[in-house]
Amino acid sequence: MSQPATQPDSAFLLGIAAGGVVGSLSRYAVQLALPHTAGSFPWSTLVVNLTGAVAMGLLVAFLVARPGAHRLARPVVGVGVLGGWTTFSAFAVDTVTLLETGHGGAAAAYVLSSFLGSVLAVTLGSIVGQRIWRIAS
Amino acid sequence: MNSLLVAAGAAVGAPMRFLVSHWLHTRFAATPITGTLTVNVLGSLILGLLVGAAVDGSWMALLGTGFCGAFTTFSTLALELQDAVTDDRQQHAVVNVVLHLVLGVGAAWLGWWLTAG
Repeated sequence: MSQPATQPDSAFLLGIAAGGVVGSLSRYAVQLALPHTAGSFPWSTLVVNLTGAVAMGLLVAFLVARPGAHRLARPVVGVGVLGGWTTFSAFAVDTVTLLETGHGGAAAAYVLSSFLGSVLAVTLGSIVGQRIWRIAS
Repeated sequence: MNSLLVAAGAAVGAPMRFLVSHWLHTRFAATPITGTLTVNVLGSLILGLLVGAAVDGSWMALLGTGFCGAFTTFSTLALELQDAVTDDRQQHAVVNVVLHLVLGVGAAWLGWWLTAG
């Protein structure tokens, strides 16, 4: 989703910025609703990353089914909103924190559920999306 | 107040993620996968430095939650992994996961270690 398909113009970059703000503020809200202290399981990061992966699967299915979709759909939603909603940096630091506080088992479970879970989540979104937009078209 | 700072950091971080990937692609013919890996490793290093230095409050909202959160991505990574698995390129998916764990989590640990001491 970050691959440069078209030459970026200002509308393209502003769309990514606007989408990124929406996604990041929503992630911040989840983080405030599900706070975790050092050593406790980082549910908020797992929730945003897995739901973001489902949404990414849905988006790709939509874009495949609707080749005439607005040219800013991918940058705004895919690169911006979903890129802002999900995060790798928090995942990496969460993993280090779990390891440093002696929660090796939780760190392993977190890594496994994030990676395996996100692949399954994209697949789920993609299957559901194909059903929705195939029926609708 | 912190919400505004998260928004400001994200407004810079998200387009910068795209621009770094785009620049790597056009300048060094990097693949989208190495673009994602690069931003995720860089963002993890920066967040590690911030957390190790016990930065919190406004600065963490702006640079950590806002900038690093938007600069890095898990959804694109997930799509790349799912793509590789679907296309029967399992070894690509495994290499991508291993690189993200070694370099990404490693960068977070390095950043944390550099500033926590």
